[in-house]
Amino acid sequence: MHKEFLMGNEAIALGALAAGVNLVAGYPGTPSTEVLETIAKRNPGNVYVEWSINEKAGMEVAAGAAYAGARALVTMKQVGLNVASDPLMSLEYIGVKGGMVVLVADDPGPISSQTEQDTRTFAMFSKVPVFDPSSVSEAYEMIQEAFDFSEKYGTPVFFRATTRVDHGYEALEVKDPEEYYVNKPEGFVKDPSRWVIFPRLSVKNHALIEKRNADLKSVFSEYHRNKILWEKDSAKCRRGIATQGVNFMYTLDSLHDENTRVMRVATPFPFPEKLAREFLAGLDEVLCIEELDPVIERALTYVCGKYSLDVRICGKLTGDIPPSGENSMEIVKGALAEFLKYNETDTTVEEAERAADETKEEPASELPQPPALPVRPPVLCAGCPHRASFYAVKAAMRGKKTIYCGDIGCYTLGNAAPLDMCDTCLCMGAGIGIAQGVGHIEPDTKCFAFVGDSTFFASGITGTVNAFYNQADMTLIVLDNSTTAMTGHQPHPGTGRTVMGQVVEKVSIERVLRAIGLTVVETVDPLDYALSVETVKRVADEPGVKAIIFRSPCIAISKPKGRSQVDPDKCVGCKKCIRELGCPALILDEDGKKAKIDTSVCTGCTLCEQLCPAKAISGGKKNDTAGMKPEGGRHE
Amino acid sequence: MSKNIILCGVGGQGTILASRLIATAAMDKNIPIKTAETIGMAQRGGSVFSHLRLGEGTNSPLIGKGEVDLIIGFEPGETVRQLPFLKKGGAVVVSCRPVMPVSAMIGQSKYDAEAMIEYLRANVEHLTIVDADKAAEELGSAKVLNVVLLGAALKSGELGLDESDLENAIREKVPEKFLELNKKALAWSKGVNQNAD
Repeated sequence: MHKEFLMGNEAIALGALAAGVNLVAGYPGTPSTEVLETIAKRNPGNVYVEWSINEKAGMEVAAGAAYAGARALVTMKQVGLNVASDPLMSLEYIGVKGGMVVLVADDPGPISSQTEQDTRTFAMFSKVPVFDPSSVSEAYEMIQEAFDFSEKYGTPVFFRATTRVDHGYEALEVKDPEEYYVNKPEGFVKDPSRWVIFPRLSVKNHALIEKRNADLKSVFSEYHRNKILWEKDSAKCRRGIATQGVNFMYTLDSLHDENTRVMRVATPFPFPEKLAREFLAGLDEVLCIEELDPVIERALTYVCGKYSLDVRICGKLTGDIPPSGENSMEIVKGALAEFLKYNETDTTVEEAERAADETKEEPASELPQPPALPVRPPVLCAGCPHRASFYAVKAAMRGKKTIYCGDIGCYTLGNAAPLDMCDTCLCMGAGIGIAQGVGHIEPDTKCFAFVGDSTFFASGITGTVNAFYNQADMTLIVLDNSTTAMTGHQPHPGTGRTVMGQVVEKVSIERVLRAIGLTVVETVDPLDYALSVETVKRVADEPGVKAIIFRSPCIAISKPKGRSQVDPDKCVGCKKCIRELGCPALILDEDGKKAKIDTSVCTGCTLCEQLCPAKAISGGKKNDTAGMKPEGGRHE
Repeated sequence: MSKNIILCGVGGQGTILASRLIATAAMDKNIPIKTAETIGMAQRGGSVFSHLRLGEGTNSPLIGKGEVDLIIGFEPGETVRQLPFLKKGGAVVVSCRPVMPVSAMIGQSKYDAEAMIEYLRANVEHLTIVDADKAAEELGSAKVLNVVLLGAALKSGELGLDESDLENAIREKVPEKFLELNKKALAWSKGVNQNAD
């Protein structure tokens, strides 16, 4: 054992390694990404790791490994689970041989996601048991236990953590590689009655799953991470708190009333019913403190109904906890204070008020109203090639009736003023389908779909085939910055590298598009403004489905070759650069009259230089265009 | 010892490395440490913060309002945003250099950084204002603002760590070719008369 200061996701990764994981697959997505990255980094050498092209592919690869007796882990964020749900729903009916953990990172808030969906609810729907850690150090231990449960009961299990665990840090003791459990996979054993899903097998296994999950309610009641913190004086205890995840930590830090009982639920499905009955015994009221769905609240309400217990269960459904958004210390403290305030039983009014007061948030030093705080929505980085691509399309289509369907990635930020180039955004790859649908209804609209390179591989190809087959009229814009930028620069099929460091043949976006049947496929460097505008004008006028690939590397992975500067003598103060581009490097000078460049963030992309009507900006240097050429040129 | 610290600023300013340096120094001294950070979309020029909890006796990685001993602010407006977390009598170290949001540059919002500093002067007893421009000029780099601020935080006495602790952490976490620059940045505040008046 040795001590390390670890991010929750790193701790989960090291826990999986300690559990002898043999194969890890996943698709990047905040807040899950660092799990797979850490496994790749800390790989003792015998673990197969891949960034799959999407979560469905990852789920299937992991399932195959688990069929062969390997311990397998697949990682994704909560919306990724939607993509992987098809194989998972069926996999639960088939089961696994080696332990298989489906790691899903949920995002209350949401801080970096489209939805606030709850994987605990998905667990109930899919009948897959779920583990819900409360802290970084617990997550390290719990994922090892999750592998054991999975293997013992022959089912995939969810390990779902939320942002504050995934991205929290703690110093904790972890195993040395010599201490890791070694799992030697037996290999796949042919048995069609086990591995081939037919209705007959499904109905048989469905019954077995229901039986097993009923049994797991008792098993999980004994699982030491599902626990009750008993009150000091049971004669005075009429209230309980049921909680989960990081909310358990908020509760521990906020609750100072020793006569309130606390239950922490580590496995919300199958729900530890026996333990819950012990918890509810003698209580009048329970406050459920949880994030996302009211899972514990519903489960306890059910237990009360099933066993005719006269306990009032409160939480999200009763308006005592906010129905959406992330909880904070303030929310938990406030809800606890409110909950503990009224008391009609043994506890004296003074005692109750004291408990409530102690729980209440201490008033922060009373601050006067501050001046208007800066408004900072996230923006495209200075020098981001996406800005140039969006601006070129905008300039080329000025005065035309258009729709710009965006997608998931850094380029969603193209929606912000002054670019305003993202009319829709739904989920990975959806922009391509939405552009088609709009086009079928409004044939006079120029329909554009913007998709990133990684998103194209993840889920853009099917939509493009659909468009081509069904005679859509649209322009597909692939924003190819040669990385998965938003999640921290993971490789993908277009980069020619794998997460294990192999150099592999690149999958060419141009060749994929041409193979589908597109005849107009143009590749252009978006930082060449005039050429980009000219290309968009020409291509958008072609009939049918056509594509432009704007290729320029993400500025975070390519070194700036120069920095632009404004010549104050030449600048006429028109502010066109600032007004039209919204680049964080473009600011006003001290007098607020002329443009100035913040050289600490400028990358010298030259877009503003090309735009400046007074030719007052210079000094930048575009990346040489050698790497920008279409790939697979000899076939074109 | 138990300290609650918030680092705050704008994505890309180096708050995460500064948080990591404090954590490394604390861990080397066997002080229990928990942190929570903004990662993801907000890193693209949005408001970011790190919560750090040093010492025993806490469970949550997030700190409640009115419980913070020290705010290390990389940006005036972001520091004001976090001020409700400061406890009575807590300390603030703040860089005076604003980062103008794009929304203000294109006239969609207003940002008066001077007013932020005035507000901090009026409402924070233990305030250290770091002249970031002067530091950058004297050190020859604007990139070590995070370490300059850590140096000022040391001087405030509220960090609960010594200069040598942070120096060791820098040695562990920073590439060798930047070591001297970072050591100078850490010591920069010592030579400067900083006060809130």
